[in-house]
Amino acid sequence: MENNNVNTINVPEVKYTPKDFASDVDVKWCPGCGDYSILAQVQRTSPDFGVKKENMVWISGIGCSSRFPYYMNTYGFHTIHGRAAAIATGVKLANPELQVWVATGDGDMLSIGGNHFIHACRKNINLKIVMFNNKIYGLTKGQYSPTSEKGKVTKSSPYGTVDYPFNAIKLATGSGATFVARTMDRDPKHLQEMLSRAAKHNGLAFIEIYQNCPIFNDGAYLPLTEKETKPDNVVVLEHGKPLVFGANKNKGIKLDGLNPVIIDLEDGKNSINDCFVHDELDDNPTRVFLLARFTDIPGFPTPIGVFRQFHKTPYDIDLMNQIDFLTEKKGKGSYEKLMFTENTWEVA
Amino acid sequence: MVNEKKIQIKQVTDVTVKFAGDSGDGMQLTGSQFTDTTASLGNDLSTLPDFPAEIRAPAGSLAGVSGFQLHFSSSDISTPGDSPDVLIAMNPAALKVNIKELKPNALIIVNTSAFDAKNLKLAKYDSNPLEDDSLQGYNVIPVELTKLTMEALKGTDLSIKEKERCKNFFALGLMYWLYNRPVANTITWLETKFKNKPKFLEANKNVLMAGYYYGEMTELFTTKYEVLPAKLPKGKYRNVSGNEAVAIGLITASLRSGLPLFLGSYPITPASEILQELSKYRNFGVRTFQAEDEISGVASAIGASFAGNLAATNTSGPGLSLKTEALGLAVIAELPLVVVNVQRGGPSTGLPTKTEQADLLQAFFGRHGEAPLCILAASSPADCYWSAIEASRIALKYMTPVILLTDGYLAFGSEPLRIKPFDELPEIPVRFKVNPDDFHPYSRDENLVRPWAIPGTPGLEHRIGGLEKKHIYGNISYEPDNHELMINLRQQKIEKIADDIPDLVVEGDQSGELLILGWGSTYGAIREAVTRVKENGYNVSQAHLKYLNPMPKNLGSVLKNFKKVLIPELNLGQLALLIRNKFLLDVLQFNKVQGQPFKVSEIENKLVEILGGKNGK
Ligand SMILES: Cc1ncc(C[n+]2csc(CCOP(=O)(O)OP(=O)(O)O)c2C)c(N)n1
Ligand code: SF4
Repeated sequence: MENNNVNTINVPEVKYTPKDFASDVDVKWCPGCGDYSILAQVQRTSPDFGVKKENMVWISGIGCSSRFPYYMNTYGFHTIHGRAAAIATGVKLANPELQVWVATGDGDMLSIGGNHFIHACRKNINLKIVMFNNKIYGLTKGQYSPTSEKGKVTKSSPYGTVDYPFNAIKLATGSGATFVARTMDRDPKHLQEMLSRAAKHNGLAFIEIYQNCPIFNDGAYLPLTEKETKPDNVVVLEHGKPLVFGANKNKGIKLDGLNPVIIDLEDGKNSINDCFVHDELDDNPTRVFLLARFTDIPGFPTPIGVFRQFHKTPYDIDLMNQIDFLTEKKGKGSYEKLMFTENTWEVA
Repeated sequence: MVNEKKIQIKQVTDVTVKFAGDSGDGMQLTGSQFTDTTASLGNDLSTLPDFPAEIRAPAGSLAGVSGFQLHFSSSDISTPGDSPDVLIAMNPAALKVNIKELKPNALIIVNTSAFDAKNLKLAKYDSNPLEDDSLQGYNVIPVELTKLTMEALKGTDLSIKEKERCKNFFALGLMYWLYNRPVANTITWLETKFKNKPKFLEANKNVLMAGYYYGEMTELFTTKYEVLPAKLPKGKYRNVSGNEAVAIGLITASLRSGLPLFLGSYPITPASEILQELSKYRNFGVRTFQAEDEISGVASAIGASFAGNLAATNTSGPGLSLKTEALGLAVIAELPLVVVNVQRGGPSTGLPTKTEQADLLQAFFGRHGEAPLCILAASSPADCYWSAIEASRIALKYMTPVILLTDGYLAFGSEPLRIKPFDELPEIPVRFKVNPDDFHPYSRDENLVRPWAIPGTPGLEHRIGGLEKKHIYGNISYEPDNHELMINLRQQKIEKIADDIPDLVVEGDQSGELLILGWGSTYGAIREAVTRVKENGYNVSQAHLKYLNPMPKNLGSVLKNFKKVLIPELNLGQLALLIRNKFLLDVLQFNKVQGQPFKVSEIENKLVEILGGKNGK
């Protein structure tokens, strides 16, 4: 079972099309909501996930983002606020053949669901968690969320928030997630690639998707998504490639001790060879934390891509192996074995 | 010397023994060895351990006393006994804590070796009770247990500490002699336990036998007792505690239904043993998931249920509070789920190690919205087994969460369980929906039950959730009439379970002056109290509710047949409130909320008080 592509057992005989994954329910997000793009990319890539449609399950909590399962023509369960990861865990352990996806929001997963999130990461439960991060509570109409930047003015913080935001990549990494990625609703190709890679990962996969909420937090990611500003504000992580960004690939990032520094690749002092080379397979999280910090340092580009991917036996496989091992060793359980223990006696 | 002594063997029907000592003295082990041996002799029995609330209270202190009470008999019994006939007190603290519970003239075997100045002070004795006259009225047998144990182990290469630790087996050996029980069971047990440690095996065996022969040889005893086998119904038996019974009951339901068992759980006293016990059964395909909290415990179970397992979660009061929201989800999603709540003293952290019945109304009403579910209560440790099977049967048949209420008293108490042949167990048929023709996730059968279509089934892909659903189709629906319809359907589905449960049985006359109506763990105490008052010429009938929601259909007519109805409960009157409301009947209450079960005598006195002057006397 130590197969990196656990889903090969489910490979469908028929070739699906994106339409096969669209349910007949009217999609009801606000016009312009970033969730539409996420749904489209999921439906577009699902045929390549390597699972039969009946083996795909979408579990969600509560929030605009959590309406997601209704729009997928797969098995789905829209549950309660924050508990999606816990419910999905039960689904996966009950039937490890299923490919279990979690659709969630920044409030759903990092606030009320924070405990389930960190423990699902720690246990490496084989779930694919897709977190729509709009840095706001959408469904409850515009309060700040645990990812809202400090000072953010929202309905519940008219004078600006005084709390510090979570950095989801750091949190997932610190909790032991074996696949950690970030992407954006406005970058469909990249989003598709991240989804496909998460699908193929054997273990917990976490994708943070920057998602625009045009109603309550419009433009939160504008500098990252607009054609003119994107090159200077986004650095794409690719395994084995140096960290280079800018309109003409003219900027790079190098390490000065443990501090990242932006370097000019055209000033003759630095070359591409000085740049930090991304190694997503490194299971030491130190470099991931370095990268994840970029969003906290003014002037630094935001990394998107796979921050880390490494293999650790997922919980469900260890559990099933333990069941198989003990069944082999002790013999399959039966009513006789259960009830007639050594302390049984007979009344004649 | 042996021959000079004349020993009389006296037959008794009923004995309550209490082993008590310091937490480190191995009293639970001693008690359970005595229990296993007693069980194998065919006595009926009922046991109750009481351990200190602290994990490691200071040695010799009153807080550190650990006890094990065993009631065994040649007739049918149902409680661990109000007051012991025999106390084995391993130290002064054990004597002090237990003396007030003893019967007058009780036999007290004291380990005099432990009655030194230090231990007397720790037990807060001003003077040595063995030397003043404070134990007058008891039959005190002083035995230098520690010293005799050390002597028996002279020449072995155990450390002093290790030798001392064997003294509980001296006490056990002595008790085996006194009650005419064979040592063979315990020797077999020692042989397995110390298979790889021959020196401990030898030591414990020697001490056990030394205790046994001490009884034979000392002048202190002139009588030994015999309790003949009880006339229990024919069959195979094993002794079970309530928590153990729940665990094996759930596995039995898993075997009977053919579904793998999933338990999502978070440790909490007094419910943790269910998780611990179930985690041993991997070769039965049991999936135990120790979750990060109780919310995840129930949530993972709901997920497992959605995916087609027999799903359960177990907890105690504070944990049930945390599961509340998720239970509402299970109600509206209409998924099978067994929720075992081992009640303890509340509110809040309350009395974690003590028993209470104060979560009944929480089970009924502790969710927002109209969220009916099925509620069962187990009446004895062995009944925990049958109740776990019945809870599973109902959950699976009716696609509903079922709360099974047990409590701390049942959880740790034990009694014999009669094992039925597999094919005599209740049937638990499960039919997953597999045919895609005309599939609607919220269509309903004649019992108003929706189909269970699990992920992995081709062609039945569908979405469910916590939002109100359109009748039959299951799509989200905000229509006012549809919501009311669904509310009513969910309510009616639970009410219809009443057609599928047995009528309430009245033990005794079917009508009369007084009915005593109980639920849950009070069954044994009520039953013995009723037996006693009847022996004294009073007339009273007993009925006990296992099915609390829905209640048996004949309950109303049963109640009408009696002039008075008394409801004893370990709370402030929760069942009484429900019965008053449902039947507009002014029931009498008898309540106790001390973290302790009812004593038989308390109920007996209450009955006599109510019946006083009437009905026969
Ligand atoms: C127990 C509970 N508390 C609060 C709510 C209200 N609530 C619903 S969604 C939500 C936050 C949603 O934010 P997020 O997860 O970021 O999702 P979004 O709507 O932005 O996609 C809150 C607070 C709830 N449904 N349940
Ligand atoms: S409120 Fe925001 S997140 Fe929610 S649907 Fe509307 S745009 Fe999307």
